[in-house]
Amino acid sequence: MSEAVLERVHEDVHKTQPWNNPDAVPYIRFENVTKKFGDFYAVDDVSLDIYRHELFALLGGSGCGKTTLLRMLAGFEEPTSGKIYIDGVDMAGVPAYERPTNMMFQSYALFPHMSVEQNVAFGLVQDGVSRSEIKELVAEMLGLVQMSKFAKRKPHQLSGGQRQRVALARSLIKRPKVLLLDEPLGALDKKLREQTQFELVNIQEKVGTTFVMVTHDQEEAMTMASRIAVMNEGVINQTGTPFELYEYPNSRYTANFLGQVNLIEGLLVDDDEKYAVIKSDEAGCEIYIDHAVQGHEGMTFWVALRPERLRITKEAPKETKYNCVSGKVEEIGYLGGISTYHVRLESGKRIKVTEPNSTRQIEPRYTWEDTVWVSWEAGAASVLNK
Amino acid sequence: MSSKRSTFLISALVFGFAFLYVPILLVMIYSFNEGKLVTVWAGFSTKWYVSLFSNDGMIDAAWNSLRIGVMSATLALALGTPAGLVMSRFGRFKGRTLFSGMIAAPLVMPEVITGLSLLLLFVTLEQMIGWPAGRGLSTITIAHTTFCAAYVAVVVQSRLSGMDTSVEEAAMDLGAKPAKIFFVITLPMILPALLAGWLLSFTLSLDDLVIASFVAGPGSTTLPMKVFSSVRLGVSPEINALATLIILAVSVMIVIASLMILRSERMRSRASAGADAQH
Repeated sequence: MSEAVLERVHEDVHKTQPWNNPDAVPYIRFENVTKKFGDFYAVDDVSLDIYRHELFALLGGSGCGKTTLLRMLAGFEEPTSGKIYIDGVDMAGVPAYERPTNMMFQSYALFPHMSVEQNVAFGLVQDGVSRSEIKELVAEMLGLVQMSKFAKRKPHQLSGGQRQRVALARSLIKRPKVLLLDEPLGALDKKLREQTQFELVNIQEKVGTTFVMVTHDQEEAMTMASRIAVMNEGVINQTGTPFELYEYPNSRYTANFLGQVNLIEGLLVDDDEKYAVIKSDEAGCEIYIDHAVQGHEGMTFWVALRPERLRITKEAPKETKYNCVSGKVEEIGYLGGISTYHVRLESGKRIKVTEPNSTRQIEPRYTWEDTVWVSWEAGAASVLNK
Repeated sequence: MSSKRSTFLISALVFGFAFLYVPILLVMIYSFNEGKLVTVWAGFSTKWYVSLFSNDGMIDAAWNSLRIGVMSATLALALGTPAGLVMSRFGRFKGRTLFSGMIAAPLVMPEVITGLSLLLLFVTLEQMIGWPAGRGLSTITIAHTTFCAAYVAVVVQSRLSGMDTSVEEAAMDLGAKPAKIFFVITLPMILPALLAGWLLSFTLSLDDLVIASFVAGPGSTTLPMKVFSSVRLGVSPEINALATLIILAVSVMIVIASLMILRSERMRSRASAGADAQH
């Protein structure tokens, strides 16, 4: 590759992935932020950089501190210690009504006594924007979220999906530097949620605002976000793109939280520059890893295997020394496109395997109590030490 | 299903309601009695209503009661609303339990004690600063305001506690300052509760006899006081007519107040129905 081409590739990467660019200036910065409620650490020493135009997701179970982090950004909570910067400005002591952020609430929090139009106009009215301009901007915004027809309605006359759009329009109309979304799709049913995910991403691309979103739904986060921070007990466990988090989790928590995973505990028995071998009593096999592992022999590791990276066969594979276990089919879930099998190994451990049903069969391939072999490639596993 | 209901439950219901409402019904029926004796039916007539409206003492007392009711209900609203707001929005602070207890105390305080203590207060104030000069309409109004404010505070607090605080946060997030949020968002949302509180206060003020008796002065006889004193001289059918009118007025107001509370509850549950559907 010529140098000019290489440079252009670099530029592209730096533009679309500012987190990989050491010179990029973060748009939002959390610096050792801690929030205590009484003796309880809701957020514990969190440092995080979010870049401009990102759709950033804070992902975690309930009570992990993600909402508190968002509320500190909005100005509803003040950090106990640490600093928050938005576009280089320290937000300490800046009240919510003066921050360059707007929030879309989980409950939507529409003003029940105002029409859709008045709800959306509210932010502009506070800023003293002229009437004619408000009218124009509101009409434009309602067009963007496809709610023009319902401008005169009251919130209680709208469906859940329509309220969600109004809430979005209301929070976008002031063109905030950062839009905060608290479980934006949490109140919608599954079908509407999937449809709305893409719509929200499209709108984000159209307006170019930086979105910070809180969600407990890993699928939602993976579909929408440019990057995700996985949180647990007030601490950020791992930050990365959906791809990085899924393929290269740094801990059992992340591996478990994003998608499904089989975790196999074992001891490192052979460690080389090019490969490693982990012996697992739990699964009753030796696992060959195609890269070096940071650690010394005898250390405990967890091998994370995604169910879809496992192969299930009736006959034993040719090579059974490594990466191969046998067991009995205990549960079968036929989902149409894929089937999931729970295989009980001889050691007693249960392994989950999913297999695409890529060809049409006369009858199901495996049935209960069938003896099967489960095997995987050397590159399929991630090795975790915590 | 209805055939399954036991006769015991039905008779309990009938007996319970009869116990509550037969006396009132009798008063209403006897208000249309022709004869002068309250206990003997002598034919239908509306003459006691006519004579009631020509009884100046009665009309004056009713007018006093109305004025006191409107004034004290309005003042109670002005005092009780901020109290209710503080109770539900201030979060935890030192002495919160004490404060909330003190707000609710007038609800359970014996009226005799409230009346007596207020009388002492007014007398002392008059001696010290010369106000209020004597007892009359204004002292009754103040007395009624004190216990009505407690009712308003409780009504407002319960309405606010049930309200999603994120609505107010959303307003703040969109650039509204706290005072503005109160007037533009909070107040309209609790308006039905405020109206209900006002009506409740008005009714309570209209009904009160004990406290008013303590703090009343010459020329400030309220309707209940007038009724009470005339009953002591013998029950006249005129009182039955008056009672019927009062019962009607009070029922209408209570019904309106409950409808308002019901309507605001329904609006609230409808407004949050979409958001709650998935929880």
